[in-house]
Amino acid sequence: MRRPLSWRPLAILAVCLIGFLSIVPNMVSRATLDALPSWLPKNQIVLGLDLQGGSYLLLEVDLEPVYKERLETMVGDIRGALRTARINYRGLGVQGDTVALNLNDPAQLDQALAEIERLNPYSLGTSGRVRDFDVSSDPSGRIVLHLTEAKRTQLAQSAVSQSLEVVRRRIDELGTREASIQRQGADRILVQVPGERNPENIKRLLGRTARLTFHMVDLGASVQEALQGRIPPGDMLVESADKDRGGPSHYVVKRQVDVSGENLIDAQPTFHDGQPVVSFRFDNAGARKFARITQENVGKPFAIVLDDKVISAPRINEPILGGSGIISGSFTVESANELAVLLRAGALPAPLKVVEERSVGAELGADSIRDGTIACIVAAALVITLMLIYYGIFGFIADVALVLNVVLILGIMTLMGATLTLPGIAGIVLTIGQAVDSNVLIYERIREEMKGGRTPLAAINAGFGEAMRTIVDANLTALIAALALFQFGSGPVKGFAVTLGLGVITNMFTAVYFSRFLVGIWYDRARPAALPL
Amino acid sequence: MRRPRLVPDNTKIPFFRYRWIAFGWSLFVLVGTIILVATIGLNLGIDFKGGVLLEVRTPGPADLATMRSVLNDLDLGEISLQTAGSDEQVMIRAKAPEGDEQAQRHAVELIKSALEQKFGSGLVWQRAEFVGPRVSEELLMNSVWAVLISLLGVLFYLWFRFEWQYGVGAIASLIHDVSASIGIYALSGIEFNLTSVAALLTIVGYSLNDTVVIYDRVRENLRRYKAMPLEQLLDRSINETLARTLMTSLTTLLALVALFFFGGEVIRGFTIIMIWGVVIGTYSTIYIATPVLYYLNLRSTAERPQPAAAPRQPAG
Repeated sequence: MRRPLSWRPLAILAVCLIGFLSIVPNMVSRATLDALPSWLPKNQIVLGLDLQGGSYLLLEVDLEPVYKERLETMVGDIRGALRTARINYRGLGVQGDTVALNLNDPAQLDQALAEIERLNPYSLGTSGRVRDFDVSSDPSGRIVLHLTEAKRTQLAQSAVSQSLEVVRRRIDELGTREASIQRQGADRILVQVPGERNPENIKRLLGRTARLTFHMVDLGASVQEALQGRIPPGDMLVESADKDRGGPSHYVVKRQVDVSGENLIDAQPTFHDGQPVVSFRFDNAGARKFARITQENVGKPFAIVLDDKVISAPRINEPILGGSGIISGSFTVESANELAVLLRAGALPAPLKVVEERSVGAELGADSIRDGTIACIVAAALVITLMLIYYGIFGFIADVALVLNVVLILGIMTLMGATLTLPGIAGIVLTIGQAVDSNVLIYERIREEMKGGRTPLAAINAGFGEAMRTIVDANLTALIAALALFQFGSGPVKGFAVTLGLGVITNMFTAVYFSRFLVGIWYDRARPAALPL
Repeated sequence: MRRPRLVPDNTKIPFFRYRWIAFGWSLFVLVGTIILVATIGLNLGIDFKGGVLLEVRTPGPADLATMRSVLNDLDLGEISLQTAGSDEQVMIRAKAPEGDEQAQRHAVELIKSALEQKFGSGLVWQRAEFVGPRVSEELLMNSVWAVLISLLGVLFYLWFRFEWQYGVGAIASLIHDVSASIGIYALSGIEFNLTSVAALLTIVGYSLNDTVVIYDRVRENLRRYKAMPLEQLLDRSINETLARTLMTSLTTLLALVALFFFGGEVIRGFTIIMIWGVVIGTYSTIYIATPVLYYLNLRSTAERPQPAAAPRQPAG
């Protein structure tokens, strides 16, 4: 038998050792690990949500309101600019995804375009200079502004990254640790919360934009007329949050946002006159603005608007100079607490929609782990026995390689921090069945070579040598399938691709190098005249 | 000492002679699948169809009739209830009408609160899933891509490592395997979901493994026996690798049987399809992948002098 190079057994043993060592942390509890010195490896296999229980929420950032808001701001800006420039127009407004207007006097077209140009500067985007709108006009005096694709992308990107930040803060506020929050694709956010039995809490918390604004109520306008569509310019009609509890159904308030939730630095649930309320504190800028408004409007009501609903419209009894106040409304202790959390975490720039939700109870997960482990053990026992009966000492070697194979899969997963899912366990069981294939190939080849009349040593060498090529081809093609699965699969299926793919790779090592190494040791000691195969 | 043999030494089964029977069967499978999918259709799970799936454990045997009437009052559209595994385990599937996204999104909460109101808090919610219509569409597309890309990858790999005929042969047998498996899904009514796609791709991987082993032997024999008629050579290659083919199928089947009996309810559907896949994967290697080589005139290209694949010395 060709003598293996001296580094080879060492390398093989080193791989085995690393494999075994890396799975050790999985066998002790987290608490024990934390107590160990820091230089010891402490990685544990990450269990998927389907095994440890938990919630998986895929949220989509609803971008339409973001675009719409940009268009509406532009309408406001144009209105102001043209009024100052004394240009008369009609029909200014948002039409679909454009802003359109008609000039009364087409001769003022150039002047109007120049005014609009000033509102539409270039900014630096990801792909060079970007402007917000493409402006087109015709001689009749009609001007149409399109939101550019580049600006849409920019708006979307910033809305999604802001949302990500807000989602993270809200979930942190909830005290849920170990939650994973990732961006997915262009406009989605994936939230994974282990252990959470009831994702409804999280969904409710993330389902609200929590945009808080303070507006003055327009006392001169009639709600009745506004409901019929006659809203005074600069005003808006807002639904009331407690119309079901006998409050007024709507308010007419000034469009102008006097102070908004962005200026809040703290919000806490508390009690006021025995009722649950939310107390808040503004930052310096907010406090100054709030002080000025309350000084100017003593005796008048101002509306606190949350997500397009007036939660209360208290009368300003005296100027509020300290920058703090309370929001009263029809709160329960829970809803006051929830609102405080939302206000502390900040408003979402756009509404979020749950587009996919999967939650598994911890109990079902534990059942799956137990079932999966039993299946692994039974499968291994069956395969090991069959190989022993069928190939004798060679079968034993294949069995040792098989055990090493599973250890290496788990070891690599531990080191990589890969996630083990239920389909992943199925992948390991399947690998147990298929891993011995390489050994079978080698042994059958050795049998053939023996039939051809070779000496034991020549048969072993030829067996390993000839089978190697087949094993590489067969395993690489299987790896292609695993890669496709990993690339396009989602969630648990990805976990399956991971164990299957790793199994293919570790199998090449255990079946080819490791078992050849063991066969070599056996041959050197036994020196058989005929192979017991 | 002589170890037991699964297959006697030196078998000479004339596989090639029975190819017409096999072709008939394969054609039957292919046409049958198309008809089954067109008529019965696949029992698409919520991964691909969208909707809501809940699994709940009740304190005693579940009262399906009452549950059904409670849930029908919610007006969530088509609702199905069935026990899974035991009498206390109930699976609830619901699909709100298309376009009613709002109702679908809240369906999980609605169902939970309605049942809790009726049956009290003894219910243990084990699983709750909601897949929106756009996500399910994407998942379906991604799955189709995963299968197609893996097939293409294999085609190019075999083209590169062997000859183009091998690539075509392997793809033909994989298409057979995938469609025969989809046929079983249609016939049995086992839910077709993301895990099923994983099963299909695993079958692809397994069948391929098997095919490559025999192809490898064909390539070797082509170099060794230059004068042997192709059909005889193919037969010989299959016979020579038969012991390995059966042994590997056996160990894989043992593992799958263990998974079937002990792996739990959640992956049982997956296991059934895999067991079927191992059987047809082995069959398709012998009766599709290999005969295709014959009809594609393998030898004419294989004998062209090829610097990259110089004839190998018989090992020694």
